[in-house]
Amino acid sequence: MQNRREFLNLLCRGTILTGLAATTGLLVYRSAQSGNCQLGSSCANCGKSGKCNLPQALLYKETVWQLDPTKCIQCGRCAENCVMTPSAVKVTHVYAMCGYCDLCGGYLKPDTKNISTAAENQLCPTSAIKRKFVEEPFYQYTIDEPLCIGCAKCVKGCGAFGNGSLQLQVRHDRCVNCNECAIARNCPADAFKRVPASKPYLLQGIEAKNEEKG
Amino acid sequence: MKKSLALAILIFLFTIQFLNSYGIQRFPKPEFESGYVQPETLLPNPRAEVLAFMDIGVLIISLSVVSWLVIKKRSRNGVFWMSLFALAYFGFYREGCICAIGSIQNVTLALFDKSYAIPLSALVFFAAPLAYTAFFGRTFCAGVCPFGAIQDLVSFRPQKLGTRLNAVLGVIPYIYLGLAILYAATGTDFVICRYDPFVGIWRFNASFGMFIFGGLLLAVGIFIARPYCRFLCPYGVLLNWTSRFSRKHITITPAECIQCRLCENSCPYDAIDIPTNTRNPESKQTMGRKLIFITFLIPMLMLAGGWTGSQLHEPLAGVNAKVKLAKQILNPVTDKNQAETFEIEAFKSQGKQQAQVFAEASEVLHQFYIGGWILGGFIGLVFGGLIAGRIITRYQADYVPNKGNCFSCSRCVDYCPIKLPLETK
Ligand code: SF4
Ligand code: SF4
Ligand code: SF4
Ligand code: SF4
Repeated sequence: MQNRREFLNLLCRGTILTGLAATTGLLVYRSAQSGNCQLGSSCANCGKSGKCNLPQALLYKETVWQLDPTKCIQCGRCAENCVMTPSAVKVTHVYAMCGYCDLCGGYLKPDTKNISTAAENQLCPTSAIKRKFVEEPFYQYTIDEPLCIGCAKCVKGCGAFGNGSLQLQVRHDRCVNCNECAIARNCPADAFKRVPASKPYLLQGIEAKNEEKG
Repeated sequence: MKKSLALAILIFLFTIQFLNSYGIQRFPKPEFESGYVQPETLLPNPRAEVLAFMDIGVLIISLSVVSWLVIKKRSRNGVFWMSLFALAYFGFYREGCICAIGSIQNVTLALFDKSYAIPLSALVFFAAPLAYTAFFGRTFCAGVCPFGAIQDLVSFRPQKLGTRLNAVLGVIPYIYLGLAILYAATGTDFVICRYDPFVGIWRFNASFGMFIFGGLLLAVGIFIARPYCRFLCPYGVLLNWTSRFSRKHITITPAECIQCRLCENSCPYDAIDIPTNTRNPESKQTMGRKLIFITFLIPMLMLAGGWTGSQLHEPLAGVNAKVKLAKQILNPVTDKNQAETFEIEAFKSQGKQQAQVFAEASEVLHQFYIGGWILGGFIGLVFGGLIAGRIITRYQADYVPNKGNCFSCSRCVDYCPIKLPLETK
């Protein structure tokens, strides 16, 4: 009786452990195999894999969440849905794209009657964008990051009237990298994806520079 | 005056342009004469990747230490301190992600969606606790899981619930597990993460609903010890079944049970099986009849469950983003405040074909139809198992921890009057 029970135990334990090993093995194996993209070559031999944004390009590397600014429609949910308050998503200023405009579409409300930088004329609800005169007729805009709540109002303005140099990004000093990003599941534009932690930003107009730097 | 006129013209021009373009360099990059240096766009790095290996290392070492404390040292104190460490490290320092409970979904998604590359840490957090459980029982629950640790801290006045209530409430984790797998497999959502009660506590930051849920569980936890572990935790289902066949397991007594009953009320989780008084309580005939009843009952329940599940596939799939979008295209909301939902706006801006959205949605619906059958059948099986467990009486001689439900917390060990001289060979 005792023996039979022990044997049964062993059998069941063996089954469970085999199943576990098979699942783990399959995922490890598949991940080693599936490392290729449309180019058709395996990522292991690809010279570009260090810069590639496809998660499968980097075997078993950790991933982080990032949003694709070209998909984002500036709905404002980034400000509300993040598990952090204020949101880990904030606006990022790509200076390389900025026109340094006097009439900044991301800084001033479009229906502004008289041009002044009074708070009621500013788009940003928290006055997080700071304006500084550079030289005639250029102004520099910097983000006071702790103030930004990620509401995307300025992003919409800059995209509509300017160069689109203001872009929302998950700021990785604040993001706690949830297993499933709370914004991702509510983003209407499906803009969030997992990207390799070694290449954690998806900015427009800054890629080229990064690549030069290697 | 001149300025505002210029602004008006600009706005007009750019509104037209915006309709068909985004991210176009409308204004050339200025050429500065004053020697102005353009600032760098600051991009803070995420947590270094090597630290993921540290997490894995801490997990494996914790599991080993706790297993040793439970099986060899039989030390409640040691287990307690390890659980505090887990609370500090996996809870407050790592802020809850990644955790073994949530990793079920990563593994499921990786199995069903080939394009998802599962991080190594998620895979190890899924597999390692189960592997240890297969050898030593649920030592993970005892001193490595931060969920268990925080609930253990607040269980001041644990009450007995009675076997029947325990068994009935014990069905919930199976349903939760089934739903979590269905939603992860279809790439819809990670429900375990969405309804994680304690993550807000780890981060000192949560939505109102999360705080209420977590606070409620802790409040209930004062009287019902470890309510999440016993009546919600989906990973607990896997641990429970693995632990039943574990090679070693904590025992209350280091030698023979002398039936002194001192440990009878020591377990806060009602996990001690109490001896049945008669050696053979049932005749062979009643046993046989019960067995026949169950062999008929379980397939019936599974069929009924599967059918119900498949009928419910539409509401179940309703939360899927693709299905939602298709529904909104079919029935546009007519809300005065908002011309169209953000989903529709995004859909239009991405230039996808309607037909493609519908095809994707019906594909998801089909997955949910099949998933509904499987989930329903599984729930039927679980209820069948519940009934079977209630009507079949099993012979039991001593006071022993129930290998499935016991969290290996080692409390009961201290209640046993038999003490061996410390023999660590
Ligand atoms: S939720 Fe999505 S669409 Fe909305 S602002 Fe954030 S990234 Fe953009
Ligand atoms: S408008 Fe919104 S996104 Fe832009 S800086 Fe202000 S708070 Fe941040
Ligand atoms: S992963 Fe979490 S912390 Fe980061 S942006 Fe998403 S919800 Fe916020
Ligand atoms: S070790 Fe003892 S007290 Fe702890 S859960 Fe198991 S049976 Fe209960």
